[in-house]
Amino acid sequence: MDLSYGPEYEAFREEVSAFLKTHGDKAPKGSDMRSKAVLDWQALLIEHGYAARTIPREYGGYGAEPDILKSRIIAEEFASAQVNSGLGGQGISMLVPTLLEMGSEEQKKRFIAPTIRGEMIWCQGYSEPGAGSDLASLKTKAELDGDEWVVNGQKIWTSTAHIADWIFCLVRTEPDAPKHQGISFLLFSMDTPGIEVRPLVDMTGNANFNETFFTDVRVPKEQIVGARGQGWQVANSILGFERDSLGDPNAMLSRLNRLTELMREETVDGQRVIDNPIFRDRLMRIQGRVMSLRFNELRVLSDRVSGKSDARLARMVSKLQGTELRHDLEALAIDALGELGLAYGDNPYLRDKGTWQYYYMFFLGLIIGGGTSQIQKNIISERGLGMPKEPKIERK
Amino acid sequence: MEFGLSEEQTLLQDSVRRFLEDNAPLDRVRAFADEADDSDIWQGLIDLGIGGLLVSEDNGGIGLGHLDAVLVAEALGYSATPAPFLSTAVLLPTALQAAGAHTDMLADLVSGSLRAGAALAESNGDRLNGGVSCAGSNLTGTTRFVLDSKADVYLVTDSDSGLHLVDQGASGLSARKLSHIDATRPLTELTLDNTPARRVSDDPAVLQRVLTVGRTMLAADTLGAAQFMLDAAVAYANDREQFNRPIGSFQAVKHMCAEMAAEIEPCRALVWYAGHALDEAPEEAELMALQSKAHTSEVGKFVAKTATEVHGGMGFTDLVGLHYWFKRIGFNRQMLGNPEFLREQAARVQGLVAA
Ligand SMILES: Cc1cc2nc3c(=O)[nH]c(=O)nc-3n(C[C@H](O)[C@H](O)[C@H](O)COP(=O)(O)OP(=O)(O)OC[C@H]3O[C@@H](n4cnc5c(N)ncnc54)[C@H](O)[C@@H]3O)c2cc1C
Repeated sequence: MDLSYGPEYEAFREEVSAFLKTHGDKAPKGSDMRSKAVLDWQALLIEHGYAARTIPREYGGYGAEPDILKSRIIAEEFASAQVNSGLGGQGISMLVPTLLEMGSEEQKKRFIAPTIRGEMIWCQGYSEPGAGSDLASLKTKAELDGDEWVVNGQKIWTSTAHIADWIFCLVRTEPDAPKHQGISFLLFSMDTPGIEVRPLVDMTGNANFNETFFTDVRVPKEQIVGARGQGWQVANSILGFERDSLGDPNAMLSRLNRLTELMREETVDGQRVIDNPIFRDRLMRIQGRVMSLRFNELRVLSDRVSGKSDARLARMVSKLQGTELRHDLEALAIDALGELGLAYGDNPYLRDKGTWQYYYMFFLGLIIGGGTSQIQKNIISERGLGMPKEPKIERK
Repeated sequence: MEFGLSEEQTLLQDSVRRFLEDNAPLDRVRAFADEADDSDIWQGLIDLGIGGLLVSEDNGGIGLGHLDAVLVAEALGYSATPAPFLSTAVLLPTALQAAGAHTDMLADLVSGSLRAGAALAESNGDRLNGGVSCAGSNLTGTTRFVLDSKADVYLVTDSDSGLHLVDQGASGLSARKLSHIDATRPLTELTLDNTPARRVSDDPAVLQRVLTVGRTMLAADTLGAAQFMLDAAVAYANDREQFNRPIGSFQAVKHMCAEMAAEIEPCRALVWYAGHALDEAPEEAELMALQSKAHTSEVGKFVAKTATEVHGGMGFTDLVGLHYWFKRIGFNRQMLGNPEFLREQAARVQGLVAA
């Protein structure tokens, strides 16, 4: 057990922190992904290697050797300085690694640079009304007609489809093949005729995801990643990367610290919430869980650095435990606030800008999205513990 | 940066596990429960060097770290091993070395010629008007839930957070066995009547250190016991058939197992870090001990119940013996502070309790 990062890394940390001191004030505050401030900031981050760090230079990245600890240090320093750490989203976190792994040279040249610069925003068209957890049963079809794929069908829960420039989409191209072998991975512009996007309002009151309809959408033949029928492997190729996309490592901890302050600030009948032993106990209980996941995460990180893979199970449980815990943590704040915890929108008594309610709901979305908690438990029991699969039931 | 075990630590873990598999299987645990003699197991562990794990080389031990001790505690929990590890190899050496007193006794603890008990229960909240007071160098009072009935010498805390040594057979000392659920770790009640004692320390910080180290080891013991129960549940579920299929193919059963794994796995990192902190991050050690024991106790309770359920009626029988682990986890939960007590201490340590 050696938790020091060593001199090389401490020097790197200095470098990041010096960058933040010099340039931190240029970081954009708003959330408009198209603004000049956002794009300029992203360009500056890439130039210094704090975004697109390991993307090769020929594709517009910084071209550093992959080094998980350096990525970690960057995330930690940006988080502790509370400075915008650059663009994320499904294009950057999922499509770019997929292209690097499975894309053609032409595709890498064409798509990666504008994506990491924030000029090309992507959405992920996987889920369908009839294909959620059982994604491989998807029905949206694409048929080859001359030099073009013709896409027909419907996607749902497509986050950011309403603002995206392009979509990476799973479609069925081999209707007669077994379900996992009949899928292809297509890329196309959201401006293509025949696409209709209908926003869906979610429980937080925002419309971040959509229904996306395709009617005779014509896609150039070469905009397929991998071979025909290989889409399932392409979509799964980056699961091995296990991007640091579950959020910044310090978010849970800073949320817990804020919750602790909140319980010191808020009073009920003149008594601070923290002075109520029941709430104090609940806070400490959450803290114990936060600690266990924090060290679990360090263990997983270290395992990746060493390439040992002793921590397979530790890694497998982190999505399940992390999202459930975050949901519970936000819920405790709401309970600590009582009726005030209900405040939302423009309520004048809002605490912390209404983020407790917002994240309480948002994390329920993450419990469901990206493989539900039940699906995680299937994976843990089958792949982690070696238990048998459910027998298949033939439908008559 | 490495968050994990060194090669030596993995070897230590393996050798203790292997020894226990061979020498302290369930039958041996059962036999102990009947006659309460663990001297062969303890001698074997002494031969592996466990007695000197936390004793510095200067004092005749091997001076390993607390993370190493955590791994041993985890292995003992995994096998529900009856042996005076906590009192003899952890609590007394910690007290003597932290206080720098009576360190000449350490060699006998290392060699196995001396067995220690520990009377600390009243420092985690007194329930029966117990407690021991000190006058001059003599102790008077009653202390309960004392670890190890076969001790040659007891580490006894007094009502002023002082620590003392009391020899078995000292004048005015009487002992009475207290029956309780966990047959693998006998408990005793000691009554002292002007009993001569040797002072170890009058510094509350020494007592605090003893409790902190002890709690960390109990957390590790629970982790090991919970891991055993999960392993047993998975093996049973994969083997046992109902409705013409292994019950492990029923999703209800699989999810019970997945939930146990999802709770246990992060405890491992938590407990390892708590052990590491005892040597390398002393300012965090107390909080880590409090939270890791509180949290593993909650996880342990869930696993103890769930793993038993996976075994159906078999889980409830004496035959399978799963109850030894169930009770071991139950014991660890209450000893040296139950979760509610520990969490209140954790809040206190962080300045969250109003003066
Ligand atoms: C906030 C959010 C954002 C999303 N963004 C996107 C996106 O950008 N692109 C995209 O393609 N998709 C997106 N999704 C979709 C997401 O991946 C699916 O919602 C998810 O995979 C679950 O599928 P479903 O909604 O069809 O639920 P279902 O699969 O119908 O599940 C319903 C319930 O049945 C349970 N269940 C299903 N199968 C099993 C099983 N085998 N064993 C046990 N229980 C089972 C589930 O756990 C769940 O409780 C998003 C979802 C959310 C919530």
